[in-house]
Amino acid sequence: MKNSIPEVRGFFQRDRTWHPPSFAPGYRSTVVRSPRYAPISFPNTLSEVTGPVFGHSMLGELDNDLTVNYAKPGESAIGPRIVVYGRVLDENGRPVPNTLVEIWQANAGGRYRHKKDTYLAPLDPNFGGCGRTVTDEEGRYWFRTIQPGAYPWPNGVNDWRPAHIHFSVFGPGFVQRLISQFYFEGDPMIWKCPIVRTIPDERAIERLIAKLDMDATVPFDSRAYKFDIVLRGSNSTLFENRKEGN
Amino acid sequence: MVQELFRLKETPSQTAGPYVHIGLTPNFLGIEGIYPSDLGSEMINENTKGERIDVKVRVFDGTGTPLRDVLVEIWQADANGIYNSPNDPRGNADPNFMGWGRKPADMETGEMVFRTIKPGRVPFNDGRLQAPHINFFIAARGINLALQTRMYFGDEEEANKQDPVLTRIEHQNRVPTLIAPREGNTYKFDIYLQGEKETIFFDL
Repeated sequence: MKNSIPEVRGFFQRDRTWHPPSFAPGYRSTVVRSPRYAPISFPNTLSEVTGPVFGHSMLGELDNDLTVNYAKPGESAIGPRIVVYGRVLDENGRPVPNTLVEIWQANAGGRYRHKKDTYLAPLDPNFGGCGRTVTDEEGRYWFRTIQPGAYPWPNGVNDWRPAHIHFSVFGPGFVQRLISQFYFEGDPMIWKCPIVRTIPDERAIERLIAKLDMDATVPFDSRAYKFDIVLRGSNSTLFENRKEGN
Repeated sequence: MVQELFRLKETPSQTAGPYVHIGLTPNFLGIEGIYPSDLGSEMINENTKGERIDVKVRVFDGTGTPLRDVLVEIWQADANGIYNSPNDPRGNADPNFMGWGRKPADMETGEMVFRTIKPGRVPFNDGRLQAPHINFFIAARGINLALQTRMYFGDEEEANKQDPVLTRIEHQNRVPTLIAPREGNTYKFDIYLQGEKETIFFDL
């Protein structure tokens, strides 16, 4: 019924001290792009708990293999071959099935295929730099790619980004939508990066570091890194086990 | 020791950065052949129900300069006020309208145009009707956690005056930052990240 009272149970409040603050002057671009007034809150309505659905059927066969999805037939991208895999979970630890995960990254030399990137490292003609997949029923996802390189960027006179892969995830509710970046275990550049250091809590930063997983490595093919993603949870998942629609 | 709650923390956000287009709108950038088209670039087809409108969006930084590397997503109800989502218990959304769009700013002007339909009214949690609105998600270099806001419609004065969200805002003089004026079939929504005209952002 169009005007009946909907039963809406919202998502857990977002812990904004866990996320980087909008004004973080060490990352200079935030200075003129950060709102100054406090954000305003109200209980989640249907507008917040609903969100778009993307089906597995929209995926192309090579969408989650960045080593070949832009390469000429029979060729592949240059760089250390890796598998990145993990699960999308909510804060209750439940899998988030059938949700879109998109990634993008620089090539092995640290160069992006983008008009605005003028770094002197060369483009790889066989590497586009984007991929996507949809999680399975258990919330699992899987990509094959090459490990990206570190690169310098205009902030201080000598700031470098650690090797990283950008990711974008949806979840069933539009306010679960999340864009972030993950890093690689053991990279000393992580702790020097002004963008990483916009996150105040070291434990939160560690949550963005993918772990080398030799057991998932494909012998004589690709090393594996495991990276789990956690989206906001909601009370509606605490006491019920609905198949979809959480 | 008390018992553990065993809850996980949300993955922390990081900026989408200046190269967000590679991942989310590669065809716009000229990276062709990976995806047939950019997701969310077309929101309606000829069978979509509802009044055709254009929503013209720009996002300005604190110096008044439009962001030319911003990416905006919108999420809205169909013409009857129903969301095309399994989380909308009312069901029966227009099958020709997904309700979601994604646009990168023009690299010269910073403008984005969403060709969509005017949404119907969606109930608030107490059953009152909300004024028609579109939900916004704004990501860019220099934005550490994507911003959430809403756009309301300038020609819905009566509904806006009674909207359960707009009426609870303490500083009523800031409410106009959420209301897009109409000109013909176009609504112009200018979003200000900072300054006197700073747009209301939400933490939902």
